[in-house]
Amino acid sequence: MLNASLQELASALADRRISSVELTRSALDRIAAENPRLNAFVHVDEEGALAAAAAADARLAAGEAGPLTGIPLAHKDVFCTAGMPTTCASKMLANFVSPYDAHVVAQLKKAGTVLVGKTNMDEFAMGSSNESSHFGATRNPWDLARVPGGSSGGSAAAVAAGMVPVATGTDTGGSVRQPASFCGVTGIKPTYGVVSRYGMIAYASSLDQGGVLGRSAADCAPVLSAMAGFDPRDSTSLERAAEDFGRDLDKPIDGLRIGLPREYFGAGMDDDVRAAVDAALDTYRKLGATTVDIELPNSKLAIPAYYVIAPAEASSNLSRYDGVRYGHRAADYADLADMYCKSRAEGFGSEVKRRILVGTYVLSHGYYDAYYLQAQKLRRLIAEDFRRAFERCDVIAGPTAPTTAFELGSKCDDPVQMYLGDIYTVAINLAGLPAVSLPAGFGNGGLPVGLQLVGDYFAEARLLNTAHRFQQATEWHKARPAGAGDDEGSPT
Amino acid sequence: MSLDIDQVKHVARLARIELGPGEAEDALAKLNGIFGLVEQMQAVDTSGVEPMSHPQELYQRLRDDVVTETDQRDAFQRVAPATEAGLYLVPRVIE
Amino acid sequence: MSQADWEVVIGLEVHAQLTTASKIFSGASIAFGAEPNVQASAVDIALPGVLPVLNRGAVDRAIRFGLATGARIAPRSVFARKNYFYPDLPKGYQISQYELPVVAGGDIAIRVGDGDQAYEKSVRLTRAHLEEDAGKSLHEDFHGMSGIDLNRAGTPLLEIVSEPDMRSSAEAVAYAKALHTLVRWIDICDGNMQEGSFRCDANVSVRRRGEQAFGTRREIKNLNSFRFLQQAIDYEVRWQIELLEDGGSVHQATVLFDPDSGETRMMRSKEDAHDYRYFPDPDLLPLAIDGEWIDRVRASMPELPAELALRLQRTHGLSAYDALTLTSSRELARYYLDTVDAAGGELAKLCANWVMGEFSARLNKAEIGVADAPLAPTRLAGLIRRIADNTISNNIGKKVFDALWNGEAASADAIIAAQGLKQVTDAGAIEALVEGVLAANQKSVDEFRAGKEKALNALVGQVMKASRGKANPSQVNELLRRKLTN
Ligand SMILES: [Mg+2]
Ligand SMILES: [Zn+2]
Repeated sequence: MLNASLQELASALADRRISSVELTRSALDRIAAENPRLNAFVHVDEEGALAAAAAADARLAAGEAGPLTGIPLAHKDVFCTAGMPTTCASKMLANFVSPYDAHVVAQLKKAGTVLVGKTNMDEFAMGSSNESSHFGATRNPWDLARVPGGSSGGSAAAVAAGMVPVATGTDTGGSVRQPASFCGVTGIKPTYGVVSRYGMIAYASSLDQGGVLGRSAADCAPVLSAMAGFDPRDSTSLERAAEDFGRDLDKPIDGLRIGLPREYFGAGMDDDVRAAVDAALDTYRKLGATTVDIELPNSKLAIPAYYVIAPAEASSNLSRYDGVRYGHRAADYADLADMYCKSRAEGFGSEVKRRILVGTYVLSHGYYDAYYLQAQKLRRLIAEDFRRAFERCDVIAGPTAPTTAFELGSKCDDPVQMYLGDIYTVAINLAGLPAVSLPAGFGNGGLPVGLQLVGDYFAEARLLNTAHRFQQATEWHKARPAGAGDDEGSPT
Repeated sequence: MSLDIDQVKHVARLARIELGPGEAEDALAKLNGIFGLVEQMQAVDTSGVEPMSHPQELYQRLRDDVVTETDQRDAFQRVAPATEAGLYLVPRVIE
Repeated sequence: MSQADWEVVIGLEVHAQLTTASKIFSGASIAFGAEPNVQASAVDIALPGVLPVLNRGAVDRAIRFGLATGARIAPRSVFARKNYFYPDLPKGYQISQYELPVVAGGDIAIRVGDGDQAYEKSVRLTRAHLEEDAGKSLHEDFHGMSGIDLNRAGTPLLEIVSEPDMRSSAEAVAYAKALHTLVRWIDICDGNMQEGSFRCDANVSVRRRGEQAFGTRREIKNLNSFRFLQQAIDYEVRWQIELLEDGGSVHQATVLFDPDSGETRMMRSKEDAHDYRYFPDPDLLPLAIDGEWIDRVRASMPELPAELALRLQRTHGLSAYDALTLTSSRELARYYLDTVDAAGGELAKLCANWVMGEFSARLNKAEIGVADAPLAPTRLAGLIRRIADNTISNNIGKKVFDALWNGEAASADAIIAAQGLKQVTDAGAIEALVEGVLAANQKSVDEFRAGKEKALNALVGQVMKASRGKANPSQVNELLRRKLTN
């Protein structure tokens, strides 16, 4: 039943063929069974979930239900949840219980969803493998020796393993799309400013954006519609009317112009990824789309620019973790300065510390112009590339990542190799554009390959439409890793 | 360009992160790897390009001058490492 | 060499807390004196995930200041993060403005010294920018620890930075006072220095006369009274000159003034070389201020103290000094103008004397502000009219003022009538008094006739005494002189 689509679940709930409590119970059971080997969840709230499910059932019975009422879901542990641990998978916040709900959490609560727990992630969302979590790495359900991607790896693994039908994520440089790609699920990161960042613990403020991971574009659409929208508490939240991002799902796509950036199809992409992406593009052509070659000439600068801007913002965003008002405080220290230095040294993991050091350096006296300012100028060049490209096409397509999921531990000691894996995703965050990753087939070892679709600003509905038409024509998104497809079938 | 060990220690001090034995050396090696990657930026002539600090090139929205918050001290201090008489306690502050 | 061989160079940075209801980036109250941390919201204590949203009221006040000083108001300004660690700074950075401040340029006219020594000059402003205040560290002993109160964190500040245009502590104090008057006048800051609403940092350096380059400056932090500002600068100037004359050199430093010892000392917390790593705050887009907004604010501006002072000189015939004194606060100026309105414009000078003299002295003695004075301008005007029309003398006027101040009657006329204070102007009655006094004081009469002018004063005093103060002094004077010289 957990493999059914949201629409099927919603109609089963509405027809009372299943109750939210039953649905939630089965999600909790599945988490209990799968989490010991996947480590996708860092916190499960059985009691709260069942209470919320009972409340949803009451609303369903009263005929007051919306499309998400009673649907179990999980939040990435970067979102603040009142009365529940919010850790960012860091020792720094291991004992932090948020006194308030993030906007996204409140919106989805209002929509009647049932929060079952919080998913594992790279510490403070810094990573592409989920290995930097203080609570241990999450494992890829397709191959337990491999990473699920990151930083929303827990959410991607949870959805892939059928623990929850949908989960939230955040995407600063690919953190929704890359794990979606590695775990064979669909993930969307909307235009910067569409989802409020209030209560979403900041990594890099000008790049961070909340998103959704689900089994299909059709499943992601209503969740994104519920969590998006104007929030006066986030000064960068856009004052746009509420939107149904699923409104165009079924629109035909003939005549759609798909831009293929030359730079995304060159060296660096593994052959098995290339084969799956090429086949997906053939499918699109069969569906009536045309492909056009485009250029994003500054693509190669996206990683350097990103790995200056993101750490710079992070170094400042993470200064609040000083052991004074909340969070980890060292047990032994000589004085105030020593308390800061020890609390932060103990509370942060090595990747977080590394990025703080990089960010501190590039902002420091004498280096600002050469690094930070230069990176911001490149950011404009990169955004301009996309602006020009969208004069020639409606969406841009390419691989989400150059490889399929890699082995746990294989890049841990080499940050540069880890960073290079973000080659196709970070430019989209620098420009603030919306993008989707959807399952496009399998590579070597039966590992999922993701296809990335990038849209112009506010083209979320078109992206979901483009992904959905593909998913109506293919079965890739229905494939389940071994052990996750036991109860495949239609709702009871 | 590459960093030296004193720069790493200086930056760690600015960032209030203590580096244990051997950590500065390890950080130096990794940071130099990262700066090797970042260094590609320097080859690009960006004269005349306006820096872009935000994806939205808009102006900020303001709020009206209204008091909307109420006292939540107890809830906020429940997660604090050390408090007394409503104050957060820290090792003595020297001005 | 001596102090006269040195030139003092001073620039001031003033932090004025703005009179908004809520904080600059959160909806918490900024009222002074609350229990610790009850006005520290989630945003103010920098909980994970919270975000700042700028208060329009703070920007309004920055615009008022810009208009009042003839400054440029930036159509686009930027908020930046100033990064440093301190327990009263919850985010580990202060949101401030750096490269593009909201207000740039402008100037403040000051008047230094009094009497013949007085001179006027203009102090240029570099900029004024919006930023958030920090919390407070309390150093009472909590088992050897400090307590942090974040109620003040996020209070809106306008940091007003002057050019290094001042050349003495007197000029610095005159500038600080003029600024203090102005910010209260345009109602953007309550000016309460004890509560820290208006705090001065002074950048002080010295150079040998004739030298072009500035000397190395030291910054004296957080001076919260005009007296401390003067003392701290005077001490610092002496210290720097002595050091340089002994062959030493001044190093840039941040120092604190200790009012008990009257000395300045290095701040230990600032010994660390600081590198604030300013960069545009990614949580806040640039601030736009359009002409329409500026026009709206302009329409709400009161007449400014400098403008009013000029008007008082031109149309009320007041001296520059009187005009400056009466415009030292909006309340005092209002009181004066209301008094003149009630007394009649031709009595402006007399009104000015009474408002600056007896009235101000009584306020000081009672330690109250104009708003709390128990004497309405119309009643003071009633008294002034009776002096002007010779019903009472100036001296009797003081008696009547006391009675009015103490609420003994509702008008000067009532007091004059009740106490029989009406001045004696009847020539016959005064002549009788004069005759009596001349007869009884032959010694003074002889002295005057011998050329001792002062003896006349004694005789006038005797006549006034005999009249119980009610005789018209100028009439008495004239009559005495006539009788003695005939
Ligand atoms: Mg105050
Ligand atoms: Zn300041």
